[in-house]
Formats: sequence, C-alpha cells, structure tokens
Amino acid sequence: MILARAVQATRRYGDVTALDRVDLELPAGELVGLLGPNGAGKSTLLSLLVGLRRVSSGRVELFGGDPRDPAARRQIGMTPQETGLPPTLRVGEVVDFVSAHYADPVPRAELLGRFGIDDLARRQTGGLSGGQKRRLAVALAFVGRPRLVFLDEPTTGLDVTARRELWDGIRQFHADGGTVLLSSHYLEEIEALAHRVVVLGHGRVLADDTVSAIRDLVGVRRVSLVAPELPPLPGVRAVERVDGITHLLTTDADQLVRDLVHSGVSFADLEIRPSSLEDAFLAITETQPDTQPQPDAHMQSDAQAQSAAQAQPDGQVQSDAQAQSAAQAQPDGQVQSEPQPGQPQPAQPADV
Amino acid sequence: MRLSLVHARYQLLETVRIPIALVGSAFFPAASMLFFVVPFTGDDPVIATYATASMVTFSVMSTNIFQYGIGVAEDRAQPWDPYLRTLPAGAAPRFAGRILAGLLLTLVSLLPVVVIAAVATEARVTGPAFLAALGTVVVVAVPFTLMGLAIGYSLPSKAAIVVAQVVFFPLAFGGGLLFPPGDSPGFIEAIAPYLPTRGAVELMWAAVGDFPVDRLALVMLGVWVVLLAAIAGWAYRRDEGRRFS
Repeated sequence: MILARAVQATRRYGDVTALDRVDLELPAGELVGLLGPNGAGKSTLLSLLVGLRRVSSGRVELFGGDPRDPAARRQIGMTPQETGLPPTLRVGEVVDFVSAHYADPVPRAELLGRFGIDDLARRQTGGLSGGQKRRLAVALAFVGRPRLVFLDEPTTGLDVTARRELWDGIRQFHADGGTVLLSSHYLEEIEALAHRVVVLGHGRVLADDTVSAIRDLVGVRRVSLVAPELPPLPGVRAVERVDGITHLLTTDADQLVRDLVHSGVSFADLEIRPSSLEDAFLAITETQPDTQPQPDAHMQSDAQAQSAAQAQPDGQVQSDAQAQSAAQAQPDGQVQSEPQPGQPQPAQPADV
Repeated sequence: MRLSLVHARYQLLETVRIPIALVGSAFFPAASMLFFVVPFTGDDPVIATYATASMVTFSVMSTNIFQYGIGVAEDRAQPWDPYLRTLPAGAAPRFAGRILAGLLLTLVSLLPVVVIAAVATEARVTGPAFLAALGTVVVVAVPFTLMGLAIGYSLPSKAAIVVAQVVFFPLAFGGGLLFPPGDSPGFIEAIAPYLPTRGAVELMWAAVGDFPVDRLALVMLGVWVVLLAAIAGWAYRRDEGRRFS
C-alpha cells in the first residue's frame, strides 16, 4: 500500500521552481531518507506532502486523499521546528494540546517516557535546552499513533548519546511497522536508519534507490593495506598514502586483490571498504548540469554498468523496483546489494 | 466545537502566563476612567453612566485591536502556526478558539471599568440594562475584532504594534468617546458619525440609558463592519496564499 505519493509534483514560488516534476512513492513500512543540499527542495516536498502548501502542478496524495484535507492527515505525524514551541506552555500542556487533535493519542507519560523527557512535563518549553526541545518536537510527531511520520532533520542539535537514543526510537517505530520519511543533513544518520534514499537537487529527484545502490553509483572501493613499494596494478584509480597505510581506490576490488596476491608483494592489514554515502551524495549532486530531465533517460540499476557515466548528466537514476524488493526482502534492516564477483561495475569515476 | 474550546483554553493559558499582557489591556480604560470620568462627572448619575458606557466601548475597542492586531501578527511569525496546520484539523478550531478567548479577555478587561464606576461614581444601571449592555459589548466587539484581524493578518508584527497604537486613540477621540453625549467639540460632532466608534458607543448609551441612536452613525457602523470584514478576509486569504498555498 502506498501511503504517500507525489506525481510530477511541481512547486513554484514566483519565478523560482523549488520542486520540478517530482515523482515519489512511500509504500507502507519503508524508512526512506531524503537527502539534498540546502535549497534542493526537501522542505518544499515535505510541506506538500503534509498539506501545508499546494502543488503548482502535478499532484500529491496522502493515504489516498488530498493532504490539505484534515481527514487525510489523521495518521501522520510531523515534527514542528523546535524554535516554534509556545514558550509559555509547559511540556505536558503542549503534549496534551496536540493530543486533543487525535482520536487515540499516546498517554502523555508514556510518550514523554519513550523520548526520555518525562521529568520535564512541568517545565515551560521556553526554558528547555535545545536538545530537550528537539526531543519534545520529535515526540510530538508520535502523539497520534501515526502510521507515517515525517521527520525533518530530527537530530539536529543533539549530542551523540541523545542522537543514538532517538535513532533507537525511530528504528523501534519502523520495526513495529511504521513508515518514515526522514530528511537529514547527516549522511551518517541516513546510512544508519534508512533502507532507501531519495536524493534531491535543484528541485528534482536525482536518485532514488537503496543506500548501498546509491553508494555503488560512485562505483569506487577503497582498498587499504600496509605494504612497501607496490608494483603498478591495473584498475587502480588513485593511490593515497596516509600514516604508512596505502589506500587504493578502484572500481573492482576483487580483481585488485587477486592482482595483489599474484604480484607476490608482501602486505598486511588488508581492508576493503565501500565508498561512503557522502562520496556518492557529492558525486550525484555536484555533477548537475542545467539540462532538463528526460523521462526516458531514467535508468534501471541493472543497466547501470553500461550507462552510469552517461546517466549522471541526465540527473535521474532510479530503480524503484530494486529499492522496494531489497527493502522488503530484508526486514531485519540490513539491505545489502553487494555486487557479485564477475558482475560488471559501474564505471563512474569518483573525485578523489 | 470541542477542539475550538481546547484552542481557546490554550490561547488563554498562553496569555495568562504573561500577566502583564492582561494588565495592559485593562490599564488604558481603567486609567481613563480614573482620570477623565471620576473627577468630572460629579453627582449626576446619568452623565456618570454615559461616561462609563463610553469607557466600556473604549475598552472593547482597544482590547480587541491590540489582542488581535498584535497577537495574530506575532503568531504568524512563529513556526508553531504552520505546525498546527499539519494536525488533522482545519483552520476553523484555531480561529474559533482565538475569538472565544478574545471575547473572554475583553470581558475581563472591562472588570476594572465597571468596578471603578460602581465604587467611585454615581453611575447606576438596572439589571436589564446591565444585561443589555453585556449583549451590546459582544455586538460592538465585532467591528473591532475585525479591525484587529485586518491589522494582524496584513502586517508584520512590528508594523502591527505601531498601527494598532496609531489608530486606537484617534478613533476614541474622534468618535466622541471622551465627551458626554452631545457635548463634544463641533468638529468631532461632524466627523464622529462616520467613525465605527460612534455607532458602537451610541449603542452602549442606548443600552444603559434613554439615548436616541443616530441613524447615520448606525448605518456607518454597518458599513464599517462590512468593510473591515472584507479587509480581514482579504488579508487572511492573502496570508494563507503566501504561507500555505
């Protein structure tokens, strides 16, 4: 079941197009990360989905209805910006006030307990620390026992411990069947939580795939080892030496390791890591020309090998089918789409 | 309806938590009462009663222009307002709650005026006249509520504060609220019927005494209500379009 959907959703502010023909589907049970630089259209997309703004063209759906219809919003939760909490109201009062809008709200003590702020119920929100406000703001998204929550940068301003606790809360909600659309500036956060990631740039969907598939778009792996002089090895795109460790960047780690062994050179502490989501994110958002997207240029993951390099300029890399099947196939939260040996790797060079 | 009451309750709670706001809206009318009415009405119960009615009108006007003009403008600047719009309720409960809370605060701000009138002046009303005055308060609150909303929805909060302060005194003075009925300076008698304050205060006078309401002032009050409702409605929709379209 699709809980929220955008179909060719476009939003203009005067002459500025904030969102340009965006297609997005949020099936029940998914935890989707929304990534994009400032001004990419993340907030605009969220505001369309929760009914705060109207599309200029195209359409958005929430539980099969118009998000601007209050009835369609009964099963969603949203975080307010923490700067907006009414400063004179107490924490408990804010929760009660929001609760009054739902048929079956979570009891106040239970909700505050879940987010570790039950001892603050009597405090006025104006006197809370930034982190406490943030937790209250996130807690408010869960008051109405939503099936779908929109979390706009939920852990901004939280320390590491508080962030981990909040992540656990979000994971728990998802494990219980909840659906999440999460925007974040922290790539680590998306990698830690999301199965699927949607990358927005210049108001368009640049990529919509599993986290690992997005990572693989860059197609580069980092092979680290401690070794003396290395012979020239085929397929190595860059060599870095930091603190006695040699880092080799390659598109085919398997072949590189075979070549290393065959070369007979002695090495130790071999480590192979995928490129980070951050590498992928930068590669996807930075190589954005101003060309119009062409619908027929959407590419599938399995066509990735042939056309990754060419597809990049078109700005659309999509493999909905794969993203969904991967997410559903692995309910334990581990989405792995490690390339099999022998499968051709995408040939997109990374900036390293 | 239940949600409207919830919204009204929290609106009041927010106001009560900053008591100076309450004091502020009650202060002007009470002070005017003490300075302009108590020393000058002497032992004439009719003049004292009319003067009290004028101050009540003054109070209704200033409370509503300020609480809506400034309150709405400030709320619009807060991200809390758009958050509330993501909750499964339309704009109506919020709006109705605000009006309910505003009416209650208006009545509260009248208490000092009424108490001062009863204790320190010869002003007297009968039971039915008192009830009629209470009903009239609700009626005359309408144009000034609309005026406050028009200011609040069309201006940013800093401008709203200035405009609210600039309009309320000329309206009170020009409408003849600071003079006994029929005893204003000539130029005020000339312009007063065209101001919303005049029709409002004449209704109050008629409620508490034997005052023949001027037809022109009453018609003009109706015109003001229509005009202010149109401006408030326009400003509200324009604001919605800017922030939420």
